[in-house]
Amino acid sequence: MHSFALERPRDLNAALALRAQAGRNDAPAEYIAGGTDMVQLLQEHVRRPERLVSLAGLLDNRIELGPQGLRIGAAATMADVAAHPVVTERFPVISEALLNSASPRVRNQATMGGNLLQRTRCPYFRDVGYSACNKRVPGSGCSAIGGENRWHAVLGTSENCIAAHASDLAVALVALDAAVELRSENRQRTVPLTNLYHLPDATPHIETVLEQGEVITAITVSSNPAARRSHYLKVRDRASFEFAVVSTAVALEMDWPRIRQAHIALGGVGTKPWRAPRVEAALAGANFEPAALRAAAAFAAEGAQGRGSNDFKIELMQRAIVRAVETAGART
Amino acid sequence: MESAGRSKVASSDLTRRELLAVAAVTGGALVGGDFMPGATPPANAQGTAAVSTVLDVILRVNGTEHRLALDSRTTLLDALREHLHLTGSKKGCGLGQCGACTVLMDGKRVKSCLSLAALVEGREITTMEGLAQGDELHPLQAAFIDRDAFQCGYCTPGQIMAGVACIAEGHAGSPEQIREWMSGNLCRCGAYDHIVATIQDAAQGAGSVRGG
Repeated sequence: MHSFALERPRDLNAALALRAQAGRNDAPAEYIAGGTDMVQLLQEHVRRPERLVSLAGLLDNRIELGPQGLRIGAAATMADVAAHPVVTERFPVISEALLNSASPRVRNQATMGGNLLQRTRCPYFRDVGYSACNKRVPGSGCSAIGGENRWHAVLGTSENCIAAHASDLAVALVALDAAVELRSENRQRTVPLTNLYHLPDATPHIETVLEQGEVITAITVSSNPAARRSHYLKVRDRASFEFAVVSTAVALEMDWPRIRQAHIALGGVGTKPWRAPRVEAALAGANFEPAALRAAAAFAAEGAQGRGSNDFKIELMQRAIVRAVETAGART
Repeated sequence: MESAGRSKVASSDLTRRELLAVAAVTGGALVGGDFMPGATPPANAQGTAAVSTVLDVILRVNGTEHRLALDSRTTLLDALREHLHLTGSKKGCGLGQCGACTVLMDGKRVKSCLSLAALVEGREITTMEGLAQGDELHPLQAAFIDRDAFQCGYCTPGQIMAGVACIAEGHAGSPEQIREWMSGNLCRCGAYDHIVATIQDAAQGAGSVRGG
C-alpha cells in the first residue's frame, strides 16, 4: 500500500469539513467506510490517496419504513438490509440483489453507500500493470477496447471507456426509482440514483456527481405496488461469489393476464446501472405471454454496441429480461 | 488490559517496524512492476513523499484489550498476526478473495484483510484462538478433526470461523444452503465435500453455535 494519513473524525461534520472526494483516483483525499473495495484497491496500488477520511461510525445505519417508503441509512450493512423483513417482504428485488452480491463475510462489512460507490471490476482498471486506463489515469487510453472485453459494457460506452458498473444493488435500486440523500458541509440534496452516475463520455475518471466533501447519507425508495412483485436475476460464470455477466432487476404490477406497469433495469451490460424505459413501455399493457415478453425485451438492445468478446451479452440480456419477468409475474 | 510487553511498542522498535514496512511495500511494488510490461513503479508514480502515519489503536480481541501503535496501512489481519502474534488467522490472498483470514467481528464473520485495524476500534474481534475454552475444542473444531475436513489445513481456520457463523446464522440447513453461505472460503485442496458434511453434522449437534 502507498502511504497515507488516516483521519478518524469525531463526527460527520468533522469528516465533511475535511473535504475528501469519493470515487476519484486523482483526489488527494478520499472517504472510506466499510472499506471492502477501498482496501483491495489500496493493496493493489490502484488508489493512492495521500489521506483517507474514515466515515466508520459516523453515518446512520437504520432501516425504516415510513409513509414515504423505505429509508436506509448509508452505513447499514448489505447483510442487515438483505435480511430485513420490510425489505424481503415489500422490496424483494433489493434483498435478492444483495444476497447475490459478494459473500456473507463481505456483506457483513460493506455498507450500502459504499456499495453504490464501488469501483468497476474492469481488470485493466484494477491492475496497475496496464498503463492504459482512462478511469485510473486520465488520458492514458483504454486497454479494454481491443483487449479482453468479455466482462465489459455494451450500453453507455464511449471511445474512452467500456467498463461495466459492478453493483447489483444499484441495478435493483435504479429499477425502483430510488434516490440518494447527499450531504456536504453547506448543502443537503436528494438525487435520483440514476443521476448519481455519469456516463464515461470523455471523462471516465469522473464517475459520480458527488462533489468534494460530499457523501451519501441515505437511500430512499418510494413505496410502489410493483416492488412487492419484483425479482433479481443474475447470470454469472459460477454459482456464487462472482460478478454479473448479465443481470436484470424486474418489478411488475399485474392485472392478470396483463402487465399494468413494469420496471426493468440491467446490470453487467452498462457503464452505469441501466434502466430500460423502452422495454418498460412495451411491457405496459402487454399480455403475459412469451412472444410479447420477447418482443418487449428486444428494445433493450437499442443502442447496444459489442466490442467482440462481449457481443453475446446483447442477446443474453434480452433472454434474462424475459426469464426474470416470467419469474416475477408468477409470484403472488 | 494485556501484558506490558505488547501494551506499547517502544519507539526504537517502531522505527524499525516502520522502515521494514516501507521497504516491504516499495520492494513488493517494484517486483510487481518488473513482471508487468508497461507498469509504472507505483510507489514513485505520483512523486509524493511517504506520509506514513502511526496511530494509537485499541483492539479488543478474544476478550482482551490491546493497545497498539500501528501504521495507518495495517489491516486487521496484519495487526492480529504481526503485532498480536495470533497467527491462527491466515493470510492467503490479502485481497478479500480467499477467506483464510475470516474472523468474527461483534459476532459476525468478516474478512480481516479488508479492514484497516485503526477503523475497528471498539469492535469485539474473535479469532481462531478464541474459539476453544481452555483445552476443550469448539464443537466445530472437533468436528473438522473427526470428519477429516482438511488436507493442508491452511484454509481451515477461515473455514471454521465462517462455519461457526454459518451455523449461528441458521444457514446450515442443507448441503446446498451450506455451499452457498460458505462461498467465499476457498480450499485449494478441494476438501469441500468433507467441509460441507462437517458443518451439516455440527449444525445438528448441541452447543455448536458457541462463539457465533
